[in-house]
Amino acid sequence: MTKALVGQSIAEQIAKHIPQAVVEANDAWVVIKPDLLLQVVQFLKATPGFDFNYLNCVTGVDYLDYLEVVYHLTSLERTHSLVLKVRCSREKPEVPSVVSVWCGADLQEREIFDLLGITFVGHPNLKRIFMWEGFKGYPLRRDYL
Amino acid sequence: MEVEKPRFDLFLEEMDQAEGKEIEELIARSQHPLPDQVEWLEPGPRPNLLVTTIDKVFNWGRHYSTWPFGSGLACCAMEMVPTAASRFDQARFGMEIFRASPRQADLLIVAGTLTWKMARALKLLYDQMAEPKWVVAMGACAISGGTFAHSYSVVPGVNRVIPVDVYVPGCPPRPEALLYGFMQLHQKIERRSVRDEFILADLRKIVPGRSKRN
Ligand code: SF4
Repeated sequence: MTKALVGQSIAEQIAKHIPQAVVEANDAWVVIKPDLLLQVVQFLKATPGFDFNYLNCVTGVDYLDYLEVVYHLTSLERTHSLVLKVRCSREKPEVPSVVSVWCGADLQEREIFDLLGITFVGHPNLKRIFMWEGFKGYPLRRDYL
Repeated sequence: MEVEKPRFDLFLEEMDQAEGKEIEELIARSQHPLPDQVEWLEPGPRPNLLVTTIDKVFNWGRHYSTWPFGSGLACCAMEMVPTAASRFDQARFGMEIFRASPRQADLLIVAGTLTWKMARALKLLYDQMAEPKWVVAMGACAISGGTFAHSYSVVPGVNRVIPVDVYVPGCPPRPEALLYGFMQLHQKIERRSVRDEFILADLRKIVPGRSKRN
């Protein structure tokens, strides 16, 4: 079984290397600043001891006040897992893309872009995937209907 | 020698735009359900002995050889599959195998949720089937959109896109229900007359609005 790592302890270690990256942490997750996400993610992937070489899934959530992207990470060698979160505003929904780190994020980021309208900066092919070109609005946003 | 690389990205973008436009057009065209295929069920003048005899032979042949073309779009397909397998065995009705090509099938079973993006493809497949052809709408989703009727992407009933012969309700319907639907379809086919077919074919040519299979 994979062991879920405690958010606070990871946040401390991240803060040692990349100060100001952590916004908030509790025992289940760590919230990261969007502009430092790529650095944090590279740190988590490359540092021995973490080795987060597998991205389970990317999820987008609409919380009305802000939008959130959730990353579930797993290390296949060390069998531990971690939940990372990134928040962005509704007015300027932009989050850096992690495709350069894990290729598997490609289609999932496109899905979030399609249904929630979050732009992933640096994504190689960011366009609609479920809905057709010319579809108006982002259907999974709470104010869609 | 320098070879110019093909620009697939531009080509794909054009394809996406074209697809989007087509889907928008399809949605605009399908705001109302198409009428069901019941032309030949309307009582007309009594056909003579020769016609009824030919009808019997034709319809006997047709209704014992309706080869299905499965369009398993969602969860309902899981019930359509055992209908063809040994326990429920639709081969008893002469519906031997699911054909993978619309050209070889007489019966389109729409099993599952139809989305607007898929509707284009389904309509194309239906148009490719050879006459005479029948359609079974299986499950709440295919009948009316079911749980997803007011969703942003789901067609509220396949009869928006293609005319339906038999509706099999359920979510999902059990294989027995689907078999019952097939039996109803067979009864419907038995009431079809060759004479009507020719008259209707002529009518379709003269009055395009008469066509129930746009
Ligand atoms: S009717 Fe029910 S079982 Fe069938 S496709 Fe719809 S949701 Fe799935």
